[in-house]
Amino acid sequence: MPDTAANITELAKIERSHGYWRSVWTRFLRDKVAVCAGLVAAGLVLMAIFAPWIAPADPLDGSMIKRLSPIGTEGYPLGADELGRDMLSRLIYGARLSLFMGVVPVLIAFAIGSAIGIAAGYLGGWVNTITMRTLDVLYAFPSVLLAIAISGALGAGILNGLLSLTVVFIPPIARVAESVTTSVRKLEYIEAAQASGASSFQIVRQHVLGNVLGPIFVYATSLISVSMILAAGLSFLGLGVSPPNAEWGLMLNTLRNAIYVQPWLAALPGVMIFLTSISFNMLSDGLRSAMDVKQ
Amino acid sequence: MLSFVLRRVLYTLPIMLGVSLVCFALVHISPGDPLVSILPPDASVELQEQMMAIYGFDRSYPEQFLRWLGLALQGDLGNSIATGRPVASEVFNAVGNTLILAITATIIGFVLGGLFGFVAGYFRDSWIDKLATAISVIGVSVPHYWLGMVMVIIFSVELRWLPATGAGPGGSSQWVWDWEHMQYLILPAVTMSVIPMGIVARTVRALVADILQQEFVSGLRAKGLLDRGVLAHVIKNAAPTALAVMGLQLGYLLGGSILIETVFSWPGTGFLLGQAIFQRDLPLLQGTILVLAMFFVILNLLVDVAQTSLDPRLQRG
Repeated sequence: MPDTAANITELAKIERSHGYWRSVWTRFLRDKVAVCAGLVAAGLVLMAIFAPWIAPADPLDGSMIKRLSPIGTEGYPLGADELGRDMLSRLIYGARLSLFMGVVPVLIAFAIGSAIGIAAGYLGGWVNTITMRTLDVLYAFPSVLLAIAISGALGAGILNGLLSLTVVFIPPIARVAESVTTSVRKLEYIEAAQASGASSFQIVRQHVLGNVLGPIFVYATSLISVSMILAAGLSFLGLGVSPPNAEWGLMLNTLRNAIYVQPWLAALPGVMIFLTSISFNMLSDGLRSAMDVKQ
Repeated sequence: MLSFVLRRVLYTLPIMLGVSLVCFALVHISPGDPLVSILPPDASVELQEQMMAIYGFDRSYPEQFLRWLGLALQGDLGNSIATGRPVASEVFNAVGNTLILAITATIIGFVLGGLFGFVAGYFRDSWIDKLATAISVIGVSVPHYWLGMVMVIIFSVELRWLPATGAGPGGSSQWVWDWEHMQYLILPAVTMSVIPMGIVARTVRALVADILQQEFVSGLRAKGLLDRGVLAHVIKNAAPTALAVMGLQLGYLLGGSILIETVFSWPGTGFLLGQAIFQRDLPLLQGTILVLAMFFVILNLLVDVAQTSLDPRLQRG
C-alpha cells in the first residue's frame, strides 16, 4: 500500500510540474512500439521529401533491354519494372504521391469534418438533426464503395481521387466531432461562460476547441492508414494517379501482368503500402493511449 | 419490440431515399456527355437529341430523378451503355457470385477472428494475447489487394497448388459447389477474410476481457462453477455484439469486394464495377452501386433488429 501511495504522489508531482503535452510526450516515449512506428513513418516522410537526392536513378527513365530485370541486377538493386525503369528509385519517388494521396484527404476532411461536427454539436437542436441525418446518408455507404463510386463517376486523376477520399472521410470525422462537442457543451464551465455573456463564437474558440480538437485529431490520424490503402487501391483500379507517375498503387497495377515473370518484383510496391499503413496505424494507437482518449 | 422495429424501419426510409439520390447524382457529377461512349463522333444533332430523349437526359433533374427512382423501384435500372443489356440482370447475375465470396470470407474471418480474440481475451497479456493483437493490427493495415497478389504468387505461381483467377474451370461462370469450382474460391475468400478477422478478433478480445471483469463472473466462480461453465456464460454474453460485428463486416465486404475481385478476376459485382469504370458505362456503375448500397443499408437494419432482439438491454425507450 505505501508503494501505491508513493506512486500517486509521484504522478501528481509530474502532472503539476509539467503541462499536459509534456506528460503526453513522456507517456508516448515509454511506448516502444509507437516510437518505432513513429520513426518508420518519419523515415517514409523524409524519403518522400528528399527523393531526388536519395534515388539512384530517374524514376521515369526506362531502358527496354532492362525490362523486368530481377531483384539484385547490377545497377538495379531492386530490379527494373515492365518498362525497364529502376524499381528502387520508383519506390522512393512513389512515396511522394502515395503519401500525398493518403494523408491530404484526411487533413482536409479533418478541417471540414470538425467544423461541421463542432457547429452541429454546439448549436444542437434542429441544426444538429438536419446535419447529422444528411451525413448519415453518406455513412450508409461502405467506404470503399463510396470512394470508388465518386472517383469512378468523376474519372481518373489526382484531384478526383483526393476529392472522393475527402468526401469519404468527412462523415466519420464529423460524427466524432459532434459527439465530443455535445458532451463538452454540457459541462459547467461552458454554462458559466454563457452566463457571463460570452458570444457563441468566443466560447467555441476559447473553451470548446481546446477540449475537442485533441480527440478528433487522434481519430483522424487513425484514418490515415485506411486512407493510404484506399488511395493506393484507387490507383490500382486505374482511378486516381495515372501513368507514368510513380505511385505504389499504380505500380502494383502495371506490374500485375508481370506476376508470372518476376513475381516478387511485382509485389514490392505493396510492401511499401503495407509498411506505411501499419506504421501510421500503430503511431495513431500510441498517440491515443498517450493522450488517454477513450474510444 | 414491435415499436422499435417500426421506428428503425421508418428511420431507414429517408436514408434509402438519400442513398438513391447520391446514386442518381453520380451520373450527373461526371464530366462530359453521358452518351459520348455510344454515339459516333460525327453523330448529327438530331440523332444526339433523339438519344438524349430516349435516355431521358433532356428533362429537368427532379423529373429525371423521380422517373429513374420509379423505374428502379420496379426493378428497371436502365440499360448498360456499353452492351445495351439491362443493368438489373447484369447486377443480379453478379451479386450471386459476390455473395458466395463475401459470405465464405465472413465465415472464415469470423471463426478464426473469434477464436483468436476469445483466446486472447481469456488469457490476457499472455504471449497468445500479444500474437492475436499483432494479427489484428496486421489484418486492418494490410492492403488486401496486395495480399491477394502475394497469395497468387505463393500458391499459384510458385507452388502451383491453386488456380489464380476466375470462378471455375474454363472460365465457367455458373457456380457449382464441387471441388473443381471450390478451389477457385479458396484464395480470394481467404484473402478477403483477413479484413473481418482483425476487426472481429479485436472486438471479441475486448468483449471477453470486459465480461470476465464483471461481477457476475466472480459470482459464478464463487458459486463453484467450473471454468467450462463460466465459458458458456461469457459466450452467451459476447454473442450478440460479435454477431452484429459479423453482419456489418459482411456488408463492408459486399461493398468493398471490388479490389479483391479485380485481383482474382472473380465475376462478381466488383468485377462489374471495374468494367463500368473502364468503359465509362455510367448506368452500369450507378445501378451496381445502388444495389450494393441498398444491400448494406438493409443489412444494417437487420443487424440492428437482430442484435436488439438478442440483447434486450439495447432497446432504448
